[in-house]
Amino acid sequence: MYRDRSRYKMFTRRALMLSGGQAVLLSALATRMYYLQVIESARYQVLAEENRINLRLLLPSRGRIVDRFGVELAVNEKSYRVVIVSEQTKDVEETLDKLGAIISLSDYERRRVRHEIKRRRGFFPITVRENLVWEEVAKIEVNAPDLPGVMIDVGQSRRYPHAAAAAHLLGYVAAVSEAELTGEPLLALPEFRVGKGGIEKVHDLRLRGKAGASEVEVNAIGRAIRELARREGQPGDEVVLSIDMALQKFAYDRLGDESASVVVMDVHSGEVLALVSTPSFDPNAFTKGITTAYWRELTGNLRAPLTNKAVTGQYAPGSAIKMVVALAALEGGILTPDHKVFCKGYIQLGNARFHCWKKHGHGHTDMYKGIQQSCDVFFYDVARRTGVDRIAAMAERFGLGQLLDIGLPGERRGLIPTRDWKLANKGVPWQLGETLIAGIGQGFVLSTPLQLAVMAARLANGGRAVKPTLVRSVRRAGEGKTADTGAEPPDFPEIKIGKASLEFITGAMNAVTNTPRGTAYRARIKEPGMAMAGKTGTSQVRRISMSERQSGLIKNKQKPWIERDHAVFVGFAPVHDPRYAVAVVVEHGGGGSKVAAPIARDVLLETQRRDPSGVSGPQRFARG
Amino acid sequence: MSDPGEFFHAEMTLRQKLWQINWGLVVIICATAVIGFAVLYSAANGSIYPWAARQMVRFSAGLAIMFTVALIDTRVWLRYAYLIYLGALALLAYVDVFGAVGRGAQRWIDLGAFNLQPSEVMKVALVLALARCFHAIRFEEIGRIRYLVWPLALVVAPAALVFRQPDLGTATMLVLAGGAMFFMAGVRFWKFGAVIAGALAMIPVAWHFLRDYQKQRILTFFDPESDPMGAGYHIIQSKIALGSGGIFGKGFLQGTQSHLNFVPEKQTDFVFTLLAEEFGIIGGLFLLALYLMLLIYGFAIAMRSRNQFGRLLAVGVTVTFFLYVFINIAMVMGLLPVVGVPLPLVSYGGTSMLTLLFSFGLLMGVYIHRDIGVDRSADAETL
Repeated sequence: MYRDRSRYKMFTRRALMLSGGQAVLLSALATRMYYLQVIESARYQVLAEENRINLRLLLPSRGRIVDRFGVELAVNEKSYRVVIVSEQTKDVEETLDKLGAIISLSDYERRRVRHEIKRRRGFFPITVRENLVWEEVAKIEVNAPDLPGVMIDVGQSRRYPHAAAAAHLLGYVAAVSEAELTGEPLLALPEFRVGKGGIEKVHDLRLRGKAGASEVEVNAIGRAIRELARREGQPGDEVVLSIDMALQKFAYDRLGDESASVVVMDVHSGEVLALVSTPSFDPNAFTKGITTAYWRELTGNLRAPLTNKAVTGQYAPGSAIKMVVALAALEGGILTPDHKVFCKGYIQLGNARFHCWKKHGHGHTDMYKGIQQSCDVFFYDVARRTGVDRIAAMAERFGLGQLLDIGLPGERRGLIPTRDWKLANKGVPWQLGETLIAGIGQGFVLSTPLQLAVMAARLANGGRAVKPTLVRSVRRAGEGKTADTGAEPPDFPEIKIGKASLEFITGAMNAVTNTPRGTAYRARIKEPGMAMAGKTGTSQVRRISMSERQSGLIKNKQKPWIERDHAVFVGFAPVHDPRYAVAVVVEHGGGGSKVAAPIARDVLLETQRRDPSGVSGPQRFARG
Repeated sequence: MSDPGEFFHAEMTLRQKLWQINWGLVVIICATAVIGFAVLYSAANGSIYPWAARQMVRFSAGLAIMFTVALIDTRVWLRYAYLIYLGALALLAYVDVFGAVGRGAQRWIDLGAFNLQPSEVMKVALVLALARCFHAIRFEEIGRIRYLVWPLALVVAPAALVFRQPDLGTATMLVLAGGAMFFMAGVRFWKFGAVIAGALAMIPVAWHFLRDYQKQRILTFFDPESDPMGAGYHIIQSKIALGSGGIFGKGFLQGTQSHLNFVPEKQTDFVFTLLAEEFGIIGGLFLLALYLMLLIYGFAIAMRSRNQFGRLLAVGVTVTFFLYVFINIAMVMGLLPVVGVPLPLVSYGGTSMLTLLFSFGLLMGVYIHRDIGVDRSADAETL
């Protein structure tokens, strides 16, 4: 008993200790619960939501690009791909066999599918092939009962109905590259396409639209259980270009195989009606995924099909610059139109001889004739008297030597040299001889076809500093013509040139094409009321050596293509009330009058026939 | 009640025994089980199949066992304690060789109707054997190490077998429950100190014997975020589910994390998580309160018993029960590594439910027969 009692006492004591210990441990549990479920509760609620809610982005529909008349230039069309869901088919190989019988699967495709099936969960759809043609889709659908787990998925892909004709303008869309990832989740979606080059790139953000989102409840392995909420996205905005696609196509076809560019613009509003560069490429090839062979072909081609020559190509304008040189002299009070020079085929300056293109010279030449017959000697003289800096200043007023902000990637600013420029960039002072050749648009002088068109427009519209525009409006999809304001063009500032001077110059340009002695007479427009005025130019690529001159200048025809001169022509029409201006540059085309002028004639004729500015836009632009 | 100096010598009648049944205990046990059914119903996404229904069946069977065991004289258990122990040990050895491996690496014997888990049986058997063993040792002798070898062996043998399964959780429970019984039997404190020191020294050695994934579990325990997609996943998800339950929970059947399978084993190891997610801290504390009452009952019964065997048995059962509760809940809250110990009376599981009710039966039996003095020598039929 005694023993039991003391044992009992010990037992009681220890029992209390033990139960006390247990109580402590239990309260530790309770404390932990408090910590997790009260103190940290908010944090865990967020994590719980993140667990179970998966935000799936809904791809927005990309905005269309249309021309001024609503003709579709870039649209979306349905693209079909066939997918397989492995958990819905008992035997993947068998199903693939059956599918292969319908659309003929390559070994590579089958291997890829097998590999993906192993990697992914059973409910994840694996793409077998993309961009199916309608026939294939129909066949698969018809055979659906025999193809368990095989489904057609509809997506969107970009199509350019006019393919190469407007390729440089529009650009193309392709998958997002590593460098372009900004962290925005939409860009990370594999099906998302981003604009590259051209309008697609410049207006990408607005064309893109806004992604919608679907809140999906998922379980631990990522299977979607149900959709909790859906927020529809917004389709991309539409971009309306000032381009007249029919005219663009006409110009593109007219250029044919040449490596050339054409720019047509409205002289008053600055709207660009056509902007063509050849050779071109098929932007649709990029949408589907360009083949290495085609890519190599494009990048390896010496004629640079991927370059937009109209804004990126920099050429010596040659004689096309003579109007500006003349105006520099007139406005500087240095010369009058009566100034005469005797052209004997060359001019001597120190040791150097500067030649006129006409071997034996033009004889007595005044300013009118100098332009009409493009006498180089006359303009050497004008340039010498005027000085390169004055010429440069006038050139800038007519849009040369600067970026015009047309809104296309790759725009170049050309080059109008000045004395300061030469000292700063070449380290040596300007030479007088360089002034002379600048006077005929050679030497350091460089301009793009776009700049030449703008120059022609500014000459034609009575002296307003018109700027080229490409986009008429960007509007919500589906708003149609109602939102197409064809808004008031900005009032362009005047260039502040004497009216008389300008009229004289444009009159001389008229002589170039419409008088028998004019260098472009053969390319004149004969249709009444649609006459064209302009200026030819031949841009030298290679210095002509003395020996060549003596033995007889080699005709362009006989030189290898790459050594031939570029052919240049700028013009406007109709002469009596100018509306449209054009610039044509044909690389290695040879003579401006022979090659470039006829193209300009055809294009301006077509432009006037179509009269794109007249049809759609109001005609109340301030003139002169 | 009775004077401690007096022993009840006569046998009790069935009617007397029934009168002594601790109905409070029974009510609490049933309440806990009902909560279990509700949680299993939710775990099955609003269906009594497949878990709640089976659990109810087992519980009913278990109740029957509990009452039967309670009404059997404690001395019977005393007599057959070693036999039961040997049987359990044999089963353990058998399953070590022939058993199928299940979740948590615990081994099963497939008995057709259900799976028998010998490690669960061992928990009760060990308590019985130790109670018997210490009951026989005199109070003065308890200090002598010589007498402790045998009980030590009783603990180590099954613990080692279980550890080999490899079931770290049950092995730990056996060792701790055994240790508690040593403690209650009166072993001196310093010996415990020595053992703990020795155990700590052994950790590097023991670490070597652990399987890779067990090591991984322990490492991940210390930093679950280090492997969120692998070993740390369960704990992180459990904490998220628990924490997001907040004070009042998400509501019955609304436990998103558990229902969407972010929490694994939601009907077994992580059933407390589901409860806490759906009923908040209020629900968790309520269940904890029920468990606390059971523990109090257990200790009270232990104190009331007049014989050493009964006292030790009661303590052993109670401590084992406590360990279930503590280890499981600590585990789901990230306080202990994941070791696969079920939540008593709530987790889905046949063997554990039955052995638990069996042990509660023993507990009740101790109370019913509390005034019967039991001689040290178990052979004595009478006092």
